Amino acid sequence: MSNSEAQDPLDKGNEKMETTTPSSLSSVAANAAAKRKPGSGALGVGLEARGIHAWFGDKMVLKDISLDFWSGTVTALIGPSGCGKSTFIRTLNRMHEFIPGAAMAGDVLLNGKDIYESGTDVTKIRLKVGMVFQKPNPFPSMTIADNVLAGLKLAQLKVQNKDDLLEECLVRAGLWAEVKDRLSAYGGSLSGGQQQRLCIARSLAVRPEILLMDEPCSALDPGSTLKIEETISELSSTMTIIIVTHNMQQAARVSDYTGFFLSDGGPGELIEVGPTSEIFSRPKDVRTENYVTGRFG
Amino acid sequence: MSIDKPVVKPGKPWASTPKERAIDLGAILLAAFGSFALVALSELKGKLAYAGVFLLLIIVINFIHNYLSRGIASAKDSIASSFAVAGVLITLLPITSILFAVFERGKAGLKPNLFTTDMKLNGPNDPIDQGGLLHALTGSGIMVGIALIISLPIGILTAIYLTEIKGLFTRPIRFLVQAMSGVPSIVAGLFILSAIVFPITKTPSGLMGGLALAILMIPTIARTSEEVLLLIPEDLREAGIALGGTQWRTISQIVVPAAKSGLITAIILGVARVAGETAPLVLVSGGGDALNLDPTSGPMGSFPFYIWKAFTFGTNESIDRAWAGILVLLILVFILFFATRLVGADRNKK
Repeated sequence: MSNSEAQDPLDKGNEKMETTTPSSLSSVAANAAAKRKPGSGALGVGLEARGIHAWFGDKMVLKDISLDFWSGTVTALIGPSGCGKSTFIRTLNRMHEFIPGAAMAGDVLLNGKDIYESGTDVTKIRLKVGMVFQKPNPFPSMTIADNVLAGLKLAQLKVQNKDDLLEECLVRAGLWAEVKDRLSAYGGSLSGGQQQRLCIARSLAVRPEILLMDEPCSALDPGSTLKIEETISELSSTMTIIIVTHNMQQAARVSDYTGFFLSDGGPGELIEVGPTSEIFSRPKDVRTENYVTGRFG
Repeated sequence: MSIDKPVVKPGKPWASTPKERAIDLGAILLAAFGSFALVALSELKGKLAYAGVFLLLIIVINFIHNYLSRGIASAKDSIASSFAVAGVLITLLPITSILFAVFERGKAGLKPNLFTTDMKLNGPNDPIDQGGLLHALTGSGIMVGIALIISLPIGILTAIYLTEIKGLFTRPIRFLVQAMSGVPSIVAGLFILSAIVFPITKTPSGLMGGLALAILMIPTIARTSEEVLLLIPEDLREAGIALGGTQWRTISQIVVPAAKSGLITAIILGVARVAGETAPLVLVSGGGDALNLDPTSGPMGSFPFYIWKAFTFGTNESIDRAWAGILVLLILVFILFFATRLVGADRNKK
């Protein structure tokens, strides 16, 4: 499968085969795209994945994924469970190697430099490529304020004014109004949706260029999901966001580009990638169309 | 004219009705009567017989009652919960009995001079208002303190190696730690005696006692800490690593603080394991009767040694002395227990 359209987001030459599916998703995606001005490549490619393969033990779980992420855009990765989406984004900040038995091949270029090059300081990579997990995981021994600033302590970064940073991160994560009077309460006292926004604020405090989100809303109610989607929209003006989601409306609402992963029992592969409105209205691959229209998956 | 709205009051519709409570009371009375009758008619004798028969009867009566009123599933359920309650009672019985016995017999010896004097000028047979256990108090404190200073870092670092770092030696070390926690305490004393006291220092001292206790304490702290650290969810470690933390900073700033109250329990268990150890101290601390605050030279007294010596003397006065020693030791262990619990609990309560 060619991924050339990902490398050139302005390429509109997709008019072939499939007839347009008049689904509500495509209109959602079109509306969302119209509302938001994607970075349109002016900021350049922030992160490039080149021929990523991944294994757990002897089992290959990802095969030859090449994908570019343009600065200032939101890319959604969709596909059925077990197709390797989460594994893929974990190769992008070197969290994949944290799992026993994990192996990989391929290059991940961050601002043109391979993050897997030997001698690379992996903690610096993870500072630039932040991550929000599926399950909210605030640090239980820390207060809300300490949670937000935990990354500074962990990475031993110096900051001029911690209070300003604290407020800024919580505002950007859409949580400030709810917690500003109880910053010294423990993170665990918040609701699930608030905890997840706290985790987003925590990721923002170390000022990453790229934010990976692994199904950030899968454990949350619709109201909290909406708030996090608003947060994503606001953040996307200043950073690159890659979000794994099972919720197709969510992909249509928040993303500029969408990649569709699929595994036919073997390793997961990238079937198709392109501007979100096209993936949902004029997918080139019949498997993508079947998935986004809900015919399987 | 309007119909009065009934006032809704909070109730507990699931609670037992007076009738059910009457049946329960009847079962208890029946069991009590039955136990008296059985003990009177059979060969069984003594308080224990009453208690045992009573417990058995109440289980049987409950079973029959539940079977008749609710069926076999409920009857089986009642058997299981009866056995659980009986287990609790059987566990509590010796513990409360020990506490009462220690308090009853020890309170006679609880005189102020106990905490201000040692046994330098007195024998165990002297009246209880002469001499005291100051030397045992300080000696036990110093030796357990030395053991704690050595075992705390080694034990917790071992646990961190086993759960977080997971190198090549994880399996053999885990095996060794488990084997070591079963080592009889006298072996620890003999080890220090033959490895350090005979070849190097030639004389027993408090430091040697502390070292012997440390050998017993390290596996207890390491094992308990390992269990506690294994309970910390993996996603906290991942979150720390993903925020740009190194492994060590993630462990020290996130994993260990999250496990704090469990690690405090591990320390309490370690201290409790050694506070009453007698055998190794008899061998290597010299068992002094005089106040000695210097662990590097001279024999050093301890609670277990003081109690053991007074008991073996065997006169009324000396046995009173021993009970008083046990009471003070128990009180100190309880104080330690509650103090550490308090320290461990206050953070999560806010």
